[in-house]
Amino acid sequence: MLEHIELFFKSIFIDNMVFAVFLGMCSYLAVSKKVATAVGLGAAVIFVLAVTVPLNWLLDQYLLRDGALVWLGPEYADYNLSFLSFILFIATIATMVQLVEIVVEKFSPALYNSLGIFLPLIAVNCAILGGSLFMQSREIETLGLAFNYGVSSGIGWFLAILAIAAIREKIRYSNVPAPLRGLGITFIITGLMGIGFQSFGGMLTGGDEATAAVEETTAEKIEENKTKVKEEIDEKEISFNDLIKEEE
Amino acid sequence: MALLSKKDTNLILDPLADNNPITIQVLGICSALAITAELQASVVMAISVLFVLGVGNVVISLLRNIIPTKIRIIVQLIVVATLVIIVDQVLKAFAYELSKTLSVFVGLIITNCIIMGRFEAFALGNGPWKAFLDGIGNALGYGIILIIVGFFRELLGSGTLFGFKVFGDPVTRTGLYATGYENNGFMIIPPAALIVVGIIIWVQRSRNRALIEEN
Repeated sequence: MLEHIELFFKSIFIDNMVFAVFLGMCSYLAVSKKVATAVGLGAAVIFVLAVTVPLNWLLDQYLLRDGALVWLGPEYADYNLSFLSFILFIATIATMVQLVEIVVEKFSPALYNSLGIFLPLIAVNCAILGGSLFMQSREIETLGLAFNYGVSSGIGWFLAILAIAAIREKIRYSNVPAPLRGLGITFIITGLMGIGFQSFGGMLTGGDEATAAVEETTAEKIEENKTKVKEEIDEKEISFNDLIKEEE
Repeated sequence: MALLSKKDTNLILDPLADNNPITIQVLGICSALAITAELQASVVMAISVLFVLGVGNVVISLLRNIIPTKIRIIVQLIVVATLVIIVDQVLKAFAYELSKTLSVFVGLIITNCIIMGRFEAFALGNGPWKAFLDGIGNALGYGIILIIVGFFRELLGSGTLFGFKVFGDPVTRTGLYATGYENNGFMIIPPAALIVVGIIIWVQRSRNRALIEEN
């Protein structure tokens, strides 16, 4: 239960899809001129993420991961189909969005009309594919957690677009320098909001891990990661050489 | 040079400034911001998009008369996904450390709005050579912004360019650091990319008044 709560708050505030990893920026910038349309798109994104992330988790778990095909038979344990992830994920997303569109049109025409063009456009929204890809790279463990991740990432994106739409409505009468009007000031405001959201970094665990989160963004940590990866490569080279020696 | 007519050279040059995909067309923002903390990552991402957009534009242009309208989005997605898988596998094979830095953002090239945007706006209605030039032009425009942002972020945030320490060693305090200069940690956190792009837009629209938005 605790890890569900932790994942929920982490995905909304700390790993926010817009402010931490910049997913879905194009539609975020294009649709945020009015609060009403922003709410519609945000709700659609939450819905599609809630549906596609668990589905892609199942695909990843039983088809794509290293050793995932072992349920077919023990001779399939070595198969690693993860290179097909991109094409299968995007296929599921496009199909699910189409299905959701048909279902919504049938059962709630009012909702369908208010979502309008946004629903089909979501299939190519990088936030949706990004949600699935991050789910895969962070190795989320259970279906419940995957669903949790989908919903909470969507809520994080929804909060971001709601906030920027509200702010853009308010600054319509502000004295923004002409070259910054529209797109430029939106970028800068989003950057400032991102800085604000960084303050949530210490939320979950208090002191110690807060400093760890800041350290992660410094150059030293980048160096550390590089040496770790080099060691990983060296390890694999060593085991490959062992394999060759075995065959001889 | 008789190889490229005036209109063709415009196809390449326009997206570099006046019709820049990131700052004017507002496409391809996501990856432009997320991986620009290091200049090397920016350059590799720019080259990847160049490959995908160039080849993809040509393929879609060659197929444009055969694709039924109803499934054209799906066909476009398949073409892009295949090209991106190739790029991803090549990166994993020849530049493993870099592919770890870029992580999911190579995959996100699939949903990069520039690619789908140029397919719809240009490749579906023009011949392969023009489509190729248009793809190259837009990818170069995208690349320029990435490189500018990456340049400032890495230089001011880590004091390095491509990993080479430009200002001296911050730990042993040589070079510029001996005067008391410190790396600006703000430049490495994600929001800095947004602000740098905002400033680029400011500069670009100040120089070209025609691009200013009317309220």
